Amino acid sequence: MTELLQTPLFDLHVSLGGKMVPFAGYDMPVQYPMGVMKEHNHTREQSGLFDVSHMGQVILRAKSGDTRDAALALETLVPMSIAGVAENRQRYAFFTNENGGILDDLMVANRGDHLFLVVNAACKDADIAHMRAHLSDACDIEVIEDRALLALQGPASEAALARLSSDVAAMKFMDVVTTEILGAECWVSRSGYTGEDGYEISVPNDKAVALAEALLAMEEVEPIGLGARDSLRLEGGLCLYGNDIDTGTTPVEAALLWAIQKVRRADGERAGGFPGADVILGQMVNGASRKRVGIQPSGRAPMRGHTVLFADETSTDPIGEITSGGFGPTVQAPVAMGYVPKELSTIGTEIFAEVRGKRMPATVAAMPFTPANFKR
Amino acid sequence: MKFTEEHEWLRKDGDVVIVGITAHAAEALGEIVFVELPEADTEVAKDDDVVVIESVKAASDILAPLDGEIVEVNEALTENPGLINEDPQEGAWIFKMKLSDPSEMDALMDEDAYKAHIG
Repeated sequence: MTELLQTPLFDLHVSLGGKMVPFAGYDMPVQYPMGVMKEHNHTREQSGLFDVSHMGQVILRAKSGDTRDAALALETLVPMSIAGVAENRQRYAFFTNENGGILDDLMVANRGDHLFLVVNAACKDADIAHMRAHLSDACDIEVIEDRALLALQGPASEAALARLSSDVAAMKFMDVVTTEILGAECWVSRSGYTGEDGYEISVPNDKAVALAEALLAMEEVEPIGLGARDSLRLEGGLCLYGNDIDTGTTPVEAALLWAIQKVRRADGERAGGFPGADVILGQMVNGASRKRVGIQPSGRAPMRGHTVLFADETSTDPIGEITSGGFGPTVQAPVAMGYVPKELSTIGTEIFAEVRGKRMPATVAAMPFTPANFKR
Repeated sequence: MKFTEEHEWLRKDGDVVIVGITAHAAEALGEIVFVELPEADTEVAKDDDVVVIESVKAASDILAPLDGEIVEVNEALTENPGLINEDPQEGAWIFKMKLSDPSEMDALMDEDAYKAHIG
């Protein structure tokens, strides 16, 4: 086995009592002594600090000097309007493949003279190779190795971070700013992966521990591990790449059409022109045969990833599979998401999941399971 | 009290033994959110899957520690699975069983041996 990588906060995690586990090649805290459930609840009620430094940070600079050219180049790989992202704004995006599948999902920020991308840890090498192969004529591609990434999530996050920077309180959901925090230049976005208000902060490696410690010294802020990160995003209805979306799922199947702006759709000004456009635009007209939905188990037993779904209690042909599932501490009940045939995707449809050989009832449910608390 | 390598404890109570999971196991599992209990009056063989415990992290099977018959289950755990984290070695007993051969209990670990086992 290759040796696990460490983020700049590794020693801090250990000193905080973090239980370290391998994740996407990194040695990361899955939980702290507080425990997954309390960490989850603390994030929903106060503010949680997450180390997400394992994620990839990449800068795209247009060779022409005009950031719009970098945006248009990136649009050849994603079905989003990147040229339409205003300066100091950020947008959710995904790389697609020729079959209309999803290679990775990412955030793209327009930071004036460049685009700033944050990609998933497990995909970052492939994403960077993909961009180098397709964008090198138009863009200089800089992989950021000297910055950590922290997420501060939850309703008290604004009050906490505002003590360290006067620029963050006025930000709205998906705004980005460059601001000095504890003497370090930080790139801050008002976004996250929990369904709560909060920030993601790119901070120089050598200032990351000081920033984390300053935040953790505040009464509202506790360190949160990957366990609660997963239950928070699941309740928030947010996809985990590799579980809920992958190269075998299209954006139409994954119910991510909201992320594809009009300008890239069939009659748009910059329609198509991304990998798999024929498949994806075709499915937008004709529909896909299956759809990602929320699934609310009727009983108390969690239905976890890869649990097989059936239309009724006795049929032998599976209709689909749960892709993420577990216990939702805020909902106080099990929650899940997965793929079902289009004709069974209406909210309220009763389906069955086979848990330990037994058919258990569940209902197709609206997502998110907990209301999103973004600062619009 | 006796212990198994599967992190169960067994305590004699008259002609039955009470079975639960150890504090060490409860701690390792994390917050428990679901318990599926067997029916009372079920014949079981050693290492049969008899109980499912789900934590925020994963599902785990609890095995029958020895041959015998399950005579009573702790229904309180169905409503309050978290009791296993709060009081694993007392209030959160899981089931009571009548052993086929009560002398088999003697071969299980005592507390010192279990402590050595979990290191």
